[in-house]
Amino acid sequence: MSATLETRKNVAIMFAGDSGDGIQLTGTQFTDTAALLGNDISTFPNFPAEIRAPQGTLAGVSGYQLHFGSVEIFTPGDGCDVLVVMNAAALKANLKGLHTGGIIIANTDGFDAKNLKLAKYPDGVNPLKDSSLDKYKVYEIDVTKMTRTALADSGMGTKEIDRSKNMFVLGFIYWMFNRNMDNSIAFLKDKFKKRPDLVEANLKVLKAGYHFGETTETFNARYEVKAAVMQKGEYRNIMGNQATALGLIAAAKKSGIELFFGTYPITPASDILHELSKHKNFGVKTFQAEDEIAAVCSAIGASFGGSLGVTASSGPGIALKGEAIGLATMLEIPLVICNVQRGGPSTGLPTKTEQADLLQAMYGRNGEGPAAIISASTPSDCFETAYEACRIAIEHMTPVFFMSDGYIANGSEPWIFPQSKDLKPIKIEYAKERNPEDAKFLPYKRDEKLARPWAIPGTKGLEHRVGGIEKENETGNISYDPDNHELMVKLRAEKIERIADYVPLQTIDNGPAKGKLLILGWGSTYGSIKTAVIEALAEGYDVAHAHVRYLNPFPKNLGEILFNYETVLMPEINSGQLIKLVRDKYLVPAIGFNKVKGMPFTSTEIKEKIVELLKK
Amino acid sequence: MESTLAPLTAKDFVTDQDVRWCPGCGDYSILKQVQTVLPELGIARENIVFVSGIGCSSRFPYYMETFGMHSIHGRAAAVASGLKAARPELSVWIVSGDGDSMSIGGNHLIHLLRRNFNVNLLIFNNEIYGLTKGQYSPASPAGKITKSSPMGSIDHPFNPAALALGADATFFARSMDRDPIHMREILKRSNSHKGSSVVEIYQNCNVFNDGAFEVFTEKGTKKMETLFVETGKPLVFGDGGNKGIKLDGFTPTIVDLTAGASANDLWIHDETDRVKAQILSRFFDDPKMENHLPRPFGVFYEEKRFCYEDAMLAQIAESIKTKGDGDLDALLRGKNTWKIN
Ligand SMILES: Cc1ncc(C[n+]2csc(CCOP(=O)(O)OP(=O)(O)O)c2C)c(N)n1
Ligand code: SF4
Repeated sequence: MSATLETRKNVAIMFAGDSGDGIQLTGTQFTDTAALLGNDISTFPNFPAEIRAPQGTLAGVSGYQLHFGSVEIFTPGDGCDVLVVMNAAALKANLKGLHTGGIIIANTDGFDAKNLKLAKYPDGVNPLKDSSLDKYKVYEIDVTKMTRTALADSGMGTKEIDRSKNMFVLGFIYWMFNRNMDNSIAFLKDKFKKRPDLVEANLKVLKAGYHFGETTETFNARYEVKAAVMQKGEYRNIMGNQATALGLIAAAKKSGIELFFGTYPITPASDILHELSKHKNFGVKTFQAEDEIAAVCSAIGASFGGSLGVTASSGPGIALKGEAIGLATMLEIPLVICNVQRGGPSTGLPTKTEQADLLQAMYGRNGEGPAAIISASTPSDCFETAYEACRIAIEHMTPVFFMSDGYIANGSEPWIFPQSKDLKPIKIEYAKERNPEDAKFLPYKRDEKLARPWAIPGTKGLEHRVGGIEKENETGNISYDPDNHELMVKLRAEKIERIADYVPLQTIDNGPAKGKLLILGWGSTYGSIKTAVIEALAEGYDVAHAHVRYLNPFPKNLGEILFNYETVLMPEINSGQLIKLVRDKYLVPAIGFNKVKGMPFTSTEIKEKIVELLKK
Repeated sequence: MESTLAPLTAKDFVTDQDVRWCPGCGDYSILKQVQTVLPELGIARENIVFVSGIGCSSRFPYYMETFGMHSIHGRAAAVASGLKAARPELSVWIVSGDGDSMSIGGNHLIHLLRRNFNVNLLIFNNEIYGLTKGQYSPASPAGKITKSSPMGSIDHPFNPAALALGADATFFARSMDRDPIHMREILKRSNSHKGSSVVEIYQNCNVFNDGAFEVFTEKGTKKMETLFVETGKPLVFGDGGNKGIKLDGFTPTIVDLTAGASANDLWIHDETDRVKAQILSRFFDDPKMENHLPRPFGVFYEEKRFCYEDAMLAQIAESIKTKGDGDLDALLRGKNTWKIN
């Protein structure tokens, strides 16, 4: 039979099922294939907070949203066009995101009495059987049964067979979107290299899914999403945390310094550790410390020794690191602190995103302990931002916060990866050996950036002592002199301010350089703002978008830019943190736009706000 | 990295900073012994680093003409771990108080020991918080009256030797500020041990806890209260060595050598015997108790075990061997790429 082929510009698919259903794998496989075929993509996995939440329950639903298109894509999509659900709970948890008229592909086996009960549907109610899904196109497939049939004579046990259910779904979706399976076939062959029986079984099920689409007459529509017109170049797919790790390695390699990464596992930052620990052949030293305090202290020790000390965590861990970050501020040595933010306070929403640690980075230490802060805005941008964090830390001898969040850390997108030769050089200068006849070494004498010399143990004639007690200017000796303390406080602040002389000026991402409304964002809100502004501009609204990467210090021209617009709107996934810093520094009456639900902004929300403000 | 210059002397390790401990503080003696011993170790001065936490004792690095870091309360072990991992060739010394290392830094202490970084950890035990002016510490005996325990401390004290051995320390020794010769010997032993060496040093805080270790240091009582252990030698103490210790199964018993007990039956100290070291570490009786065991000094235990930093380097070498030297361009490009023209 032949189904009609309908062309779509962009499609968002949500794969959802129990956390044991292999949803993330299904999603990433489809993503890789879409990317290889030239679609622009953006993805967002959404895990349950519990590792093994009871099967079939709402708490156990794992999701993976993929947005792909023949047009440029900046977000995983506000909602979805296609919802693939492996059980009743997955439907219940995700239905509100499905656009009216959207497609539901449901594994009927996941809608038996037991699953309906676990999903907390009232007795006797089955959404597939009543008319509650009438506004959608529902396709029911007994995935479990068909998977079992396909593997009936494989000699495998039912439990093992059921584990390849996700391949059936993947095969079917490949058919539905007119994709070939080559990429996934190669992937399965490589993944199960050592188990030819598993390769065979998975391929069998994958193909069964594909052929099921082709041979049943139920499905009369197939969809095609053509390749996007994208910037020329060679691409790969990358996730935020992975890009962060690569940025750190690149900075170390490029500057010829050893990377030392001291950390303590925490969601959603742990993948940086996982990625780095795979690359020991780059000389990367990863240290899984006993707690966050030890993690940051070990990084400080490593930096004192002349390595690039880096630590990563999320809000709760950063809170523990506070005192030590203050120490690094006093020692004036390089330190990169990655904060992959999540919902807070306290343990908060471990698997949900939030941008609420900016003020913690800015002010979360005792005394006046200024640190540089920079922030990544998309998964691939984590690379350049992490690289910049290292550069600033090394060249300015200071702690630098690298801010990311769960949304971009776990999300992925195509990336025109750079060549190492094109990366910005990073200048490392250790203080030089001295002879007894040379003038006494002054560990706190500063250069034009106000950075002090990096004098590492093992260098003759540089023996000196540092510590957290206030330093006498230049000599670094302990000093309780009141005037000296004030001078040092000012010098440490001024040192951070001067970083602005060494970072790029703020640019306008989109829209006019002067006008009615500027949307000023930071971090992971980039994609939603970008999408909303593109739409609003197309509809003739006078709106522009600027996204700040350098949060402390701000780029030198930021104030100027703000005054070029009548109104400044600042969307943040918090109750208004950057806006406090911006208002404080520039005294502009910026308007906050806030959401603190552990969820990113949708582009629709931002678009509506733009329309509301400009219609007045 | 051997120094080619004229041999160093103790003076070369003295800084231009005024030493600010209270007059009479036991810390002075420890500083002196360390400065005396270092030149004999043959380590170039620039390769030595002292890392400390916070407390009176932790001011130590300021007085040592080496590299040094006075870090934050309790965290010296963690800082030193990172430093040692980054620069295994350095000679790293951690200086800490009993509060610093066993209260706030207790977690880092045990993890340092199990990882067995090759560092020297000197715990200045004065059984009190000195810098914060006299509160009881985790090493203070129960019932100790201090500013924060006017009715006597109800905390059960830590036994540093048992704690260290319990955390699988590969070297533990005890010495005291009033016995310079012994301390210098122990410091040298600590330096020559490859792995985390814990040296607990009884240190008199003459301002807030004067005389805490008097029974072990004063002429009149020292002989009966202290037991100097040395490998291959029997456990003998007392006036003219009139007392000995015999193992009754696993129970140490004091025997009187002048009353018929034979020197041949005595426990012979063996630093490599973990079980005996554990028993020795439990010689922690209150000296006021009747028939109490004397307090041991010397090297309790030494064991060879791989050091964290060596294993770390070995993994890196192994990774380079199997995967080749990290190629940044290959890493950036990843496994799956596609071109858009
Ligand atoms: C985070 C933190 N908490 C508390 C203190 C206060 N403090 C400084 S030293 C100290 C205890 C010192 O006792 P000990 O380690 O035994 O060293 P001593 O002064 O006796 O040599 C305390 C509680 C601090 N500096 N930092
Ligand atoms: S308070 Fe005690 S430990 Fe501190 S310097 Fe004075 S005597 Fe020494």
